[in-house]
Formats: sequence, C-alpha cells, structure tokens
Amino acid sequence: MSGTPIVCLEDVVKTYVIGDVEVHALQGISLSIAEGDYVAIMGTSGSGKSTLLNLLGCLDRPTSGRYLLGGSDVSQMNDDQLSAIRNQRIGFVFQSYNLLQQLTVLENIEVPLIYQDCHPRKSRERALMLADRVSLNDRLHHRPRELSGGQQQRVAIARSLATDPLIILADEPTGNLDSKTEQEILDLIDQLNDEGKTIIMVTHDDHVAERAQRVVRLKDGVVDVIHETTSTRA
Amino acid sequence: MFLYPRKYLRTIQLGIKSLMLHKMRSLLTMLGIIFGVSSVISMLAIGEGASYEAREAIKRLGSTNIIIESVKPPEDQDSSSEGNSFVLEYGLTYDDVLRVGTTVPAVKAVLPMRIIREDVQFASAKRQCRVIGTLPNYLQSQSEEMALGRFLTDNDLRYQDNVCVLSGRLAENLFPYQDPLNHAVKIRSHYYRVVGVLGQVPLRQREGTAAELDPRSWEHEVIIPLSTARSRFGENIIRRTSGSTSAERVQLHRIIVQMNGTEVVEEAAGAIQTLLNRFHKKRDYELTVPLRLLRQAEETKRIFNIVLGSIAAISLLVGGIGIMNIMLATVTERTREIGVRRALGARRRDIVVQFLVETVVLTIGGGIAGVALGVLIPTVVSHLRDIYTIVTPWSLIIAFGISALVGIVFGIYPAQRAANLDPIEALRHE
Repeated sequence: MSGTPIVCLEDVVKTYVIGDVEVHALQGISLSIAEGDYVAIMGTSGSGKSTLLNLLGCLDRPTSGRYLLGGSDVSQMNDDQLSAIRNQRIGFVFQSYNLLQQLTVLENIEVPLIYQDCHPRKSRERALMLADRVSLNDRLHHRPRELSGGQQQRVAIARSLATDPLIILADEPTGNLDSKTEQEILDLIDQLNDEGKTIIMVTHDDHVAERAQRVVRLKDGVVDVIHETTSTRA
Repeated sequence: MFLYPRKYLRTIQLGIKSLMLHKMRSLLTMLGIIFGVSSVISMLAIGEGASYEAREAIKRLGSTNIIIESVKPPEDQDSSSEGNSFVLEYGLTYDDVLRVGTTVPAVKAVLPMRIIREDVQFASAKRQCRVIGTLPNYLQSQSEEMALGRFLTDNDLRYQDNVCVLSGRLAENLFPYQDPLNHAVKIRSHYYRVVGVLGQVPLRQREGTAAELDPRSWEHEVIIPLSTARSRFGENIIRRTSGSTSAERVQLHRIIVQMNGTEVVEEAAGAIQTLLNRFHKKRDYELTVPLRLLRQAEETKRIFNIVLGSIAAISLLVGGIGIMNIMLATVTERTREIGVRRALGARRRDIVVQFLVETVVLTIGGGIAGVALGVLIPTVVSHLRDIYTIVTPWSLIIAFGISALVGIVFGIYPAQRAANLDPIEALRHE
C-alpha cells in the first residue's frame, strides 16, 4: 500500500425512509483508500454494498458523516456539483455495460468528454487512443448490439477512462460474462491497476476478489472485516 | 453551455440519432405537426386568395370614390296616375353634379356619366355595349390605363366630337386583326372615330369571383364625350316591350365623386346623402361607398382569420399532445440511458436540453415538411379548381414558428421528468 488516500469515508451513515419505516443501510462506515489501491467490496445482499457503491460513485449523499474524494468534501455538494465530480473523478463500469445503443463504439467512449465541453477533435483523439488501449480498433464504428459481451465491457472500460478519473468503480463487471471473457476483463482491470489506476470493485465472487489487494467485507451496514489478499500478482 | 454552439450541434446530432433509432415512430409523431402546419398554410392561402380577389374588385371601384347611381324609383300611385305623359322622369341631374361639386368639401372631382346600352358596329362585327358619356378625368378615377392612343380631351367635349375610346376587350372583338385607332365605329346612326383603347382587364384575364363581382370586367364599353352623348342620344330613352312603350327621362346615370383622401370619404358620403335627399323627393338614386365595402371585406377577412387561427391552434394542439405523449413514453423507455448519462456526468440541465432538442427537432422537421406540403396544396388546388390562392410569407413564418413553439411547450414536461429521475433508480431500471 502506497500513496496518499484519495477516498476517505468518515463514519458515513445512510438512512432511507421508505413509507414510515427507516432503513439503516449504512451505519457508520469509515474507510480510506489510497491512490493505486485495488479494493474489492464484498457482502451478501442487504449488507449495504450497493448503497456504499452509490455513495462512492457520488450518485447519492450520505445522511451523516463525511466523504472526501480527492480532497474535496462531496457530502455537501449539490446536484450539479456532484454531476461534475462524477464526470471528472469517477469512472463507472457496470455489470450490464450500459452502453448507449444509438451511438457507435467511439461515440460511446466520448460521452463523458461531451459533458466536459471537450473539443470534438480532442475527444475523438482520446477516444481513438482508448479504443486502441482496450484493443477495439477494428470495431470503432460498430453499435453496441453488434458486439459481444466482452467487447461491450471493454468499450465500457474505455469509456470509464475517458476523463482520466481518480477512481474506477466497477460494479460486478464480470457478472454477465462467461469465464473465458471474465479472465480477459479482469486481466484488463489488473493492467489498469498496474498502471496506477485506483480500482474499487464490487463482487460476490471470491476468486474475482482475490485479484484485489484488499477485500472489504460488509455486514449489516458496517465494515465486518478488511483483509489483505495474498495476491498472486506482482 | 449556451456559449458553445458546437455543443448544440452535437446535441442536435445526438437528437437526430436517437430519433432515427425509431424511424417509424418519429415519422408518425411528426405527421400531426406536418398536417397541422400544412393545413394552416393552405387554408390561409385559400382565404387570402379569396379576400384578395374581393378587395381588388372593390379597389377597382376606387377607395376614394363615392358612386351615386340613378335607380328607377319603386312604382307608386303618384307616378302612374300622374301620367298622361308617358315619360318617367327620375334620377340624377346635372344640377346634382354642380351642387355636390360646390358644397361638399374635399371633393377632388365630380364625374357625371351617361350610360346607354347600344350596339356598336364595325364592318360586320357587332357587339352590345355600354356607351358611357363622360368627362376627360374619367380615366384617373378608374385606375385604368391607356393601351393605345389617347383618352378624351377637353376639346372633344367642347366641340362635341364624334370620338370614342374602346375598352380593351371590345377592341379585340371588333378589330381582331387591325389597329383600331382612327377607324370609325357605328353607334346607332352615327360614326365615331376611335382615338384610344383602354388597358386589358387589369385584374385577371379569367373569369372568377372578382370578375363576377365587378360587371365592368365582362361588359364591353365605349366611352364618348358627355356633350356628344347628350346631343346624339338626347335624354329620353324609349323602350318598347311587348306592345307597350315606356319612356324614361334620365339626365345622368351615374355620378362618381372623387375625394381627396380615404379619410374624408365617410363624412362626404353622409353630406352627399343629406344634400341629395333635399332635392330628390323619391328614392331615385343609390349611394355606394367602395371604401365601406372594403372595410366590410377586411372585417370579414379578420373573422375568417380568427376562425382559421382557432382551427390551426386546435390542430397544432392535438399535434403537440401527440408529441408529448410519445416523448413521455420515450423517457420511460430510455430511463436507463438517462441514468447512465447522469452517472457519466450529465447535469439535469443537459438531460433537459437533450430531450427538448429531440422534441424540437421533431416539430421543426414536421414544420419544414408541413411548410413544403402547405405550399404544395394551394398550388395543386389552384390547378385543379378555379380557386385563386396566395401563400403569404408571414403565414409560413407563423405556422413554422408555432410548430417550434409547440415543440418547446410540449417538450418541456417530458424533459423535466427525465431530468428529475433519480440516477440510482434510473440505473436500476430494466
């Protein structure tokens, strides 16, 4: 473990009110993740996994506690500011890829850049570079539905890298893939981590989690245990 | 964001791409606007054409003119019991001309006219005509132009010359192959030298609503000096009808009072009416004010436009509701996309703009197609039926503008709804 913490959760509580019932999804979570870290978040359903992911992804604000992302306190930001933070500092990779069907591979990769008002020529250059990075240069103008699941997930990974974010949030990125493609994608994520990207991945698969440097296990809205893996990787 | 036109361009491109994803649906959605816009334009074009014709016809009577015509008074006991003289005397007199000319203010010219129906003959060609005896300034009051030669002059009048000016149509009929100038035509038993020919029927060549409204456009006319008319035809007109003979004495058949401007016309008409009433015991004249007719025509047109406007508003409203309906369905269908975009950094505003642009692209696309169709329909109608149509530029602008407005108005709600979706919920949406 090296580097300064870029994600810092301090006693984060999240409570939902559904009807008259209060649901305590997160009941005080403190967590710090350093730059270049590779963290797997595990837990049974109902453990607060998704809630934590939503908070980490700045899609939601904590009820109480602080969340520092790259030094700025995200917990007090308004909707527009959160949008900007998501755009600049977070790269999302979803289980079901979530590519936009009406756009080509290149255009999909460019989407986050469009919301940055990036110049079309620059964003096109960057998209080409990233497509090359995930070895999809022969599929640039295909639509998502013309691609295999693995290819789609690679497009999604390229998209998550578009704005060069602080962290990559992967939500069960291999959940929809067969084991061979799963290997490919996990290898790609490993590579990104090797290049210094901070990865936070939600999974319920032990052998997927093993690739991470640390595994955070959640139980009933609190951190149950954090353990370092005996990662086989260098 | 509003400072970056290229971002707009991208948003529009994206909107078109999203719409192209469902071509059939987009087309059907547009149809409402297409038909709305095109029906507005074509209805306005037909309405405009009809009212233009009516207004032109009235204008040809002269908007600064007041026309007084002699009419045969209703037969009452008085006139029939009075008469061992068979001559019925009525109508406008030379004194009326004098009185109107001297007492009514702001009169530019008073034009007496005698109008007699006679055959006009040249060689073997013979046509029934209205022979009009009048003064040289007749020409200016009629907004007609000389096609050939000259009009009557003061000298013609002074010497009671046998000269005449033919209407364009009559000249064509009598002299199909020759220059009519300086030939003599025969009216009753006298010969008249043709000194000029009036311009072609100015409004339009074909017979239509306007031509029917204005009899002069289909009647042949010969114009001679008033003094000549008086001396050659006298003042008695004798008509023989089925065994009985009736005679009428009419000095003048028509007086056209030309005013200095349109603003004094109404007042002058009132003054003339009062003046004539004092000297005419019987109602043997009739006052026509073309300006009044024109105003009526304009009022009718205004009502017509309001009716059309309401129909247009309703049809565009229906189109707009159709669009809103589809856009709401689209928002639901693309909830996932909205979630993804929000996760990738789209602000609420970006989502609003995206969906609004789609709606506006739909309506503007429909608007353009509607304008094209709206220009085409009146053209086709004009060709198939004898209906005059005018597509005015402002009707295009209005129809198009309204369609864009409909897009914005009916697009805002679905777009707002899309923007206010919770990103987490939206991402989870199947």
